[in-house]
Amino acid sequence: MRTPTFNWVLWLLGLAALLALPWLVTSEYYINIASQIVIAAILALSLNLLIGFGGMISLGHAAYLGVSAYLAIYMTAHAGFGQLSGALIAIGSTTALAMLFGYLSLRASGLGFLMITLALGQILWGIAYRWASLTGGDNGLGGMKRPHPFGLDLTHPAIFYYFVLFFLGLALWCIARFIQSGLGQSLQGTRDQPRRMRALGYNVWLIQWLSFVFAGFWGAVAGLLYAYYHQFVSPQALHLTTSAETLLMVIAGGTGTLFGPVVGAALVVILKNVVSAYITRWLILLGAIFVAIVLFMPEGLLPGLAAWIHRLKECLHGDKKTTGVSAITKDRV
Amino acid sequence: MNFWIIQGLNGLAFGSLLFILASGFSLIFGLMRIVNLSHGAYFMLGAYVGLSAIEAGANFWVAILLGGIAICVLGTLIERFVLRRLNGQPLAQVLVTLGIAFIIADACVWIWTGDPRPVPMPAELTGAFRVAQLAFPIYRLFVIGVAFALAAALWFLLERSRLGAMIRAGVDDLAMARAMGIRTSLLFSAVFCLGSALAGAGGVLAGPILSVYPGLDTDMLPLALVVVILGGVGSLLGAFVGSLIIGFIYSYGQALFPDLAYVILFLPMVLVLTLRPTGLFGRQAI
Repeated sequence: MRTPTFNWVLWLLGLAALLALPWLVTSEYYINIASQIVIAAILALSLNLLIGFGGMISLGHAAYLGVSAYLAIYMTAHAGFGQLSGALIAIGSTTALAMLFGYLSLRASGLGFLMITLALGQILWGIAYRWASLTGGDNGLGGMKRPHPFGLDLTHPAIFYYFVLFFLGLALWCIARFIQSGLGQSLQGTRDQPRRMRALGYNVWLIQWLSFVFAGFWGAVAGLLYAYYHQFVSPQALHLTTSAETLLMVIAGGTGTLFGPVVGAALVVILKNVVSAYITRWLILLGAIFVAIVLFMPEGLLPGLAAWIHRLKECLHGDKKTTGVSAITKDRV
Repeated sequence: MNFWIIQGLNGLAFGSLLFILASGFSLIFGLMRIVNLSHGAYFMLGAYVGLSAIEAGANFWVAILLGGIAICVLGTLIERFVLRRLNGQPLAQVLVTLGIAFIIADACVWIWTGDPRPVPMPAELTGAFRVAQLAFPIYRLFVIGVAFALAAALWFLLERSRLGAMIRAGVDDLAMARAMGIRTSLLFSAVFCLGSALAGAGGVLAGPILSVYPGLDTDMLPLALVVVILGGVGSLLGAFVGSLIIGFIYSYGQALFPDLAYVILFLPMVLVLTLRPTGLFGRQAI
């Protein structure tokens, strides 16, 4: 049975495994994949704030990743700013963009919110693609070097992995604190009962907007790390497929859980890398997974599998209990 | 002066294509509350089907018909066998249409390769129409004419026919329409079928102007979304006016500030969402 002590042991084991990873796998290729997973996990965590805890389904979350990455590379490699000031400008401006986008998107809720975030995100993609004199167009922007904060040599894969892992830990800690805070609790209130929250005197719009900006901030952090990792950014970082992949990470891991998106990010990044090694049809698979999840596992991949196993056990024991609450399909529109 | 007239006509032609796409999208969203994110993919697939029909020897008009019918059949199947299973779960429906859009887009690259392919223009509409020193492609005038005729036909269908009255009733209050004995299930299929057919035929019609290329779907879909956000949900007039606004902005923007054409698209969205979140002609917030 699961006791608190057992859970602690599990957490410690997981943490030890994450920390020991560069010693367990010596190949640089796998350490780099682990770094990719960690960066994707930060982005997925921030999107989960909106989807899981706020009930706001955004299809434009790549905006913060891409804009932050573009700004970081443009500022440091093309506009002559230093690493620190470039990073601060990237995160600050992207958060400011989240303020504007949050204001616009939250003029609607539910499906309208989804449409506006999608449209805004694709317009940004169009800008990155078409404004070639600034963004390099389809060729993207490159020329960035990884910084050397506190004398750390981030060009070394293992050190870079620890660097991004630190930010993942920070993100998890901040987001866990946020969820337990008054604001985070009232956000979950607005997700479940917006009208009651309004009637109780809460400023639903402000709660949702602040959470949106907070999520945008962490998206910007992920974008900065993305820029450090690839030292290159192309319009693909802003494309709808990137937003959809991030959404898949959140859904796959189970929405509204703290660690779900991390697991989802690992699943999606590994799957994408494995699949891309054999076939070039990642997009078809991505689409098929979306269709399959919605039709067969509306609770999300991990909770869905858990429910299936549970059901299987029930069949074996002849015991009937209904379980599983549909998380993504629960009607919040 | 000539510049403004020519670009205005170009904007009108692009707005016309957008209207053909966005009217179906808006009707589907207004009536069924389905954000059909496959709509851009339907448009692109329709264009590819039309292209293949022409390359197989069919003439342009048959190609338009085939593109429309193929996508209409596809859309109806998806509506009947996928979306209907998810009745009452709008978010699940959105995710499914997004997944289907990815599948269609990638399948198109698979079948028709990644190169942009222009759809040949019908011989009878090539050439330019000349007035004074102005020359304007006849085909674009034809597209503008088609969109205006379509707008009139849709207006007649919605405002003057029995089917239209049922659709309007469904848009305004679905539960009440159902209670009054309207068979909304059939209505849904009819509207989805119509919207899909318009997207498919519109894709073929757009082929000679825009060409067909991978990414046409994600180029057009957000524009259709912006049109609906501007014009208002389920409003035919809104879709019409919104399409023309975006068509003009896009056309003048690309001619005057080619780098910033997409930046300018933010402006109408910011204005409308700030001042009138229901859209210009919508009665309910999106």
